[in-house]
Amino acid sequence: MRKFTQLNSVVTPLDRANVDTDAIIPKQFLKSIQRAGFGPNAFDEWRYLDHGEPGMDNSVRPLNPDFVLNQPRFQGAQILLARENFGCGSSREHAPWALEDYGFRVIIAPTFADIFFNNCFKNGLLPIRLDADKVDTLFKAIAAKDDFKLTVDLENQAITLPDGMVYAFEVDAFRKHCLLNGLDDIGLTLQHVAEIQAFEAKRHAAQPWLVA
Amino acid sequence: MNAQTLYDKLWHAHVVRQDADGTALIYIDRHLVHEVTSPQAFEGLKLAGRKLWRVASIMAVADHNVPTTGRDQGITDPIARLQVETLDKNCADFGVNEFKMSDVRQGIVHVVGPEQGATLPGMTVVCGDSHTSTHGAFAALAHGIGTSEVEHVMATQCLVAKKSKAMLVKVEGLLGKGVTAKDVALAIIGKIGTAGGTGFAIEFAGSAIRGLSMEGRMTLCNMAIEGGARAGLVAADQTTIDYLKGRPYAPKADVWEQAVAYWNTLHSDAGAVFDAVVELDATDIKPQVTWGTSPEMVVSVDGSVPNPADMTDPVKREGAERALRYMGLEANTPITAIQIDKVFIGSCTNSRIEDLRAAAVVAQGKTVASNVKLALVVPGSGLVKAQAEAEGLDKIFIAAGFEWRDAGCSMCLAMNDDRLNPGERCASTSNRNFEGRQGQGGRTHLVSPAMAAAAAIAGHFVDVSKL
Repeated sequence: MRKFTQLNSVVTPLDRANVDTDAIIPKQFLKSIQRAGFGPNAFDEWRYLDHGEPGMDNSVRPLNPDFVLNQPRFQGAQILLARENFGCGSSREHAPWALEDYGFRVIIAPTFADIFFNNCFKNGLLPIRLDADKVDTLFKAIAAKDDFKLTVDLENQAITLPDGMVYAFEVDAFRKHCLLNGLDDIGLTLQHVAEIQAFEAKRHAAQPWLVA
Repeated sequence: MNAQTLYDKLWHAHVVRQDADGTALIYIDRHLVHEVTSPQAFEGLKLAGRKLWRVASIMAVADHNVPTTGRDQGITDPIARLQVETLDKNCADFGVNEFKMSDVRQGIVHVVGPEQGATLPGMTVVCGDSHTSTHGAFAALAHGIGTSEVEHVMATQCLVAKKSKAMLVKVEGLLGKGVTAKDVALAIIGKIGTAGGTGFAIEFAGSAIRGLSMEGRMTLCNMAIEGGARAGLVAADQTTIDYLKGRPYAPKADVWEQAVAYWNTLHSDAGAVFDAVVELDATDIKPQVTWGTSPEMVVSVDGSVPNPADMTDPVKREGAERALRYMGLEANTPITAIQIDKVFIGSCTNSRIEDLRAAAVVAQGKTVASNVKLALVVPGSGLVKAQAEAEGLDKIFIAAGFEWRDAGCSMCLAMNDDRLNPGERCASTSNRNFEGRQGQGGRTHLVSPAMAAAAAIAGHFVDVSKL
């Protein structure tokens, strides 16, 4: 997994609540057996004017000029700002894969759906929960200032605005450690092989129908 | 010991180890696998040279991509075919038990698991699919996971997790005529919102829930995720035990009594404390129809499309305006005045035998309305299909003008050829009315099987409680 420490970036404002994972990456792209390459199809139905299918040359497809990702000032943004309940719906990890492949490393919203939130941390993406009024302030600030950028510092759990204002954010200590160091869970869990084996043996002795 | 919730009991029974900050390793008893969210996990194992920790814990079946018609010709879409073939190959390489497309046991993973007795009370159940919450109907701690976690469970038999909060949703009283578990689920989501259960495991309790069949409880727990909760739960009782007896993967004679004795402890203790409690009166719940692009955008069938202008929260108002534009609906339109183009009866929410029976009762002796271009009935598994045919339900549907298909996820998410065209309006027994879910530009109204069948016959929504 790619490490995340800090970044300074333009912020793409996606002013919607309940952005679901079907919207982030539509189902026709889930047929891939790869982990990479979903970025060009992130938000496909909102981003392009035609209907997207796997295998198309996305560089020649007609873009929807009204969709925020297509606006020139947000090109290259690594931070996505959205409203409540971001990432609801399907558990498809293709959603964080698509956002990461597009270039986002940070998503800021008042709330996230649980499964999506979990999946982000497995893929070097940092989802940040921020109070709804602060998120609202950020939306307004982006609208007011063309070259608006944020600095996100994971080590210090701080978001710094252009005027020097700092918003602190919470992050689970274990997830922070994994993200700062680019650690995958499996290797960490396998440090506890003996404990898992002992638990399993005890469980199966007590509930023999589980292994019948 | 203090009074425990059912969720407490299930959680504590599976903690392998726990750090001071609450991060735990949770042991997983059952892992269900399908073709869409597993290929990258199997590949990760292969690249790292890792093995499956406990191969017998895994049951695999292709469901999302499979065609529901013309099975003998195989899968014509080459990308979908490759994904199903990749599952077949991975299962063969790793020795995983798989029900292939030609197997009568094939079907939607959340129908197949319980039907086989592979989901048992007291288990932890995971699957790379958000509707894994379905299995909580058996007093199992069951939730959806991402592909990285699929790989993690395959390699370690554990998940890294923190304990959720516990919510009690209590529904007391008798459900009225034509009111089903689907209506209860939608009414609950209408009340708590699609994020109302975020961070919680929801236990559904009360006399109305106790009165539901296992099929109904599965429908309810299936929709827990649409209320934001990764896990839904219903306590084990005699209904649970009767359903499981004799199923292929259920405990056999020598350990059956031992298992039942344990299962009978799987309920919240009297006096157990929940972090949140929501109460509904069953007699207030009417057949439900969604009008927007989120399951919380729902009203009773005797109601009307709401007016966004009446909403005070600007984010909600904006969401409702956008939803009405997408859905092609005017504010204040009576629900029963909404004409439909297609009907879908199926999905992991509503494709079990009880669902098909409820729809068949409405369709019997009737004809699908001329404005309805397609009315699909897609059983949840090959065994559900066989059972329905043994009862003659297929003949009722076909005589009425419905198409009778093979098992799979089908038009719930339109990964195969079953889908809506832009602008088409569908009465659907599935679980998500998101933009584009059933096909780009398609308009989904979530309803119960009886409501979907009634809409197919009338050509518009009708109140089944008045039929």
